[in-house]
Amino acid sequence: MTTSAGITVESPPPAAPPSASEPGRSRRYGVGTLFLLPAFVILGVWIAYPTVYTIFRSFFSASGGHFVWFDNYKTLFTTSSLTTAIKNNLIWVLVVPAFVTSIGLVFAVLIEKISWALAFKTAVFLPMAISAFATGVTWRIMYVQDPNLGAVNALGRVFVDAVTPPGVLQDALPSTPQLTGSAQTGMKLSTPLHPGSGEALLGLTGIPPDGMPAGSTQAITPKPGPAQITGTVWRDFKPGGGKPGVVEKGELGIPGVTVQLVNSDGHVVQTQPSADNGSFVFKGVTPGTYTTGISAGTFAKPWAGFAWLGTKLITPSLIIAYIWIWAGFAMVVIAAGLAAMPRDVLEAARTDGGTEWQVFRRVTVPLLWPVLTVVLVTMIINVLKVFDLVITLAPGSSQDAANVIALAMWRTSFGGINDFGVGSAIAVFLFLLVIPILLLNIRNFRREN
Amino acid sequence: MASAEAVDAPVTLSHHDSFAAKALRVLARLPVQIALIVLGLLWLIPTLGLFLTSILPAQAFTVKGWWQIFSKPSLATWENYRMVLHNHAITHSLWTTLEIAVGNTVLVVLIGSLAGYALAWLDFPARDWIFLFVIALMVVPLQMALIPMFNLYNHLSLYDTVLGIILFHTAFGLPFAIFLLRNFFVGIPRDIFESARIDGASEARIFFRLVLPLGLPAIASLAIFQFLWTWNDLIVALTFGQTVQPITVAIFSNLRQFGANIDLIAPASFISLLVPLVVFFAFQRYFVQGLLAGSVK
Repeated sequence: MTTSAGITVESPPPAAPPSASEPGRSRRYGVGTLFLLPAFVILGVWIAYPTVYTIFRSFFSASGGHFVWFDNYKTLFTTSSLTTAIKNNLIWVLVVPAFVTSIGLVFAVLIEKISWALAFKTAVFLPMAISAFATGVTWRIMYVQDPNLGAVNALGRVFVDAVTPPGVLQDALPSTPQLTGSAQTGMKLSTPLHPGSGEALLGLTGIPPDGMPAGSTQAITPKPGPAQITGTVWRDFKPGGGKPGVVEKGELGIPGVTVQLVNSDGHVVQTQPSADNGSFVFKGVTPGTYTTGISAGTFAKPWAGFAWLGTKLITPSLIIAYIWIWAGFAMVVIAAGLAAMPRDVLEAARTDGGTEWQVFRRVTVPLLWPVLTVVLVTMIINVLKVFDLVITLAPGSSQDAANVIALAMWRTSFGGINDFGVGSAIAVFLFLLVIPILLLNIRNFRREN
Repeated sequence: MASAEAVDAPVTLSHHDSFAAKALRVLARLPVQIALIVLGLLWLIPTLGLFLTSILPAQAFTVKGWWQIFSKPSLATWENYRMVLHNHAITHSLWTTLEIAVGNTVLVVLIGSLAGYALAWLDFPARDWIFLFVIALMVVPLQMALIPMFNLYNHLSLYDTVLGIILFHTAFGLPFAIFLLRNFFVGIPRDIFESARIDGASEARIFFRLVLPLGLPAIASLAIFQFLWTWNDLIVALTFGQTVQPITVAIFSNLRQFGANIDLIAPASFISLLVPLVVFFAFQRYFVQGLLAGSVK
């Protein structure tokens, strides 16, 4: 057995011919054994023995009383919450290592050109020092659904509001029978109007107390000039009641309502926003009969935010938080690989007229490939064992949807079901998944030596 | 690159030229700089959010998220922290965490160095097979040991003890420790040991007087990793502890009412994160070294 005989020059010569007669030899055998003993005992009792035990245990029933052949494995592949765990873990393996490695690579290449690389590295690497548990708590705060409270949705709302602005009113009811419709569909005033005469009285009630837009003042109905149609949108209610359909003192105009002018064919010919006192004026109206209405957009509900921690989005949410943790690891390892790369090769490629992108694609990435593989493999192992983040970040109601193999193992064994048979089977399954990596490690070791 | 240009350019023009070139270079990199600033901030925001959440009163979160502190700095208060540090369960769990982390670190370093030295420099049968076996153990998921050790701990009265948790961590920390230290020790010139032996030093003396001091860089990396790993652990303590609760488990039991307990969860989580952060900043160099040693095989 001379696998390590030629590791490096400094390597000790294990089987090096030394004579059995060398005086210290038997003593050193003894010392070596003595030095190894504590590690041997602990590894034996805490890893080797349990591994064998768990493999045996996976063929026995929940209580351990009966030999059940492969029933526990059958359960693993037929119970929906457990198959979900396998499917989710497959998604994790397919997505996370690739993303983490790419992001790490991009960061490592970009920071080569900046003077404050260390500050950037520290910021991105910081989450590595934090526990997955604290990360779970941190992201639970980020992911709160209400855009007023959760930072991710608050940021999302900036974009959503830019595309579909929320209405000025959350909810309202028509105050007169002439005004029909609802907050969902928009409202129509059936009173016919002609340019230069008559006012459109769009009275609303049922507005929640805190639902009035800011800045509203006493409602006023302007008199229409020639070729004009005017009117008011107002809260047709004051303390004590008031008379429906009449603009009275003490009743507030509603600003910002989108009022539509509809011609006799039913087409919207003009829209106007109402002023602070609720008034609006359509100018330059050609003769004819018109009606008015309030667009449904006025009542558009503000964006409620994505349910990041709900059952549908929980896995993507977890993956984002996980990438946030591990990108720094990939960046640091790849940056070290980059620093060790022969500069003259890159310079030569540039001198030969390669663009930055070509140099990156054709030279940097191929030369870095061994390092990238290391990051990918490390991440695959990590992702297969992911547990802390999932159990912390996913609320109880989403944990079935968020399930992964390590979590399924723990929940089955210790989370209330307490089925050590199926739990052992899940552990063995996880073990089988990492065995290829174990073999890869051993092969690498033997090749190096 | 810059120096090469400076050499090429005529001396009289160099000042002018290099300024223009410099400006151009800075301008060309501006998009990258801006992108990196945004990304760096993006990476800091969640942790900042946790901290700001921890210094706001719980009732503040009925209207707005933690960023309200920027418009109302007067809301900030240390009251949450005062409450948490007066919460006996939390302070006790911090102490437990420290016991577990330190105990495990000492054990792993000691047992790992002994084994690493033996595998690197001592002579005994099947040495390389043993090392191969250790490498194989490096990837065994700890889930493989939870159920058997849970049963065994109940028999040995190690369940719900600090020692039980420490030993479990030690076992799963050892394969990497032995791998790292053996590879480091192999690089120490053999003459050092030989001359010590000729001088009549015992192996124990060599180990404590030579191996440990010479191995310090690797041992430091390892110690930091072990400390952080156990400080941050959740699954082992959750499985083998009940009344023995490190900080992660103590906070974990409050997560069910996340919103209602936020004034406890946020400051306690931040305290639990502060220790690794300090360790990380103080020993960043060793931390990165260990990371590279562990991944670049």
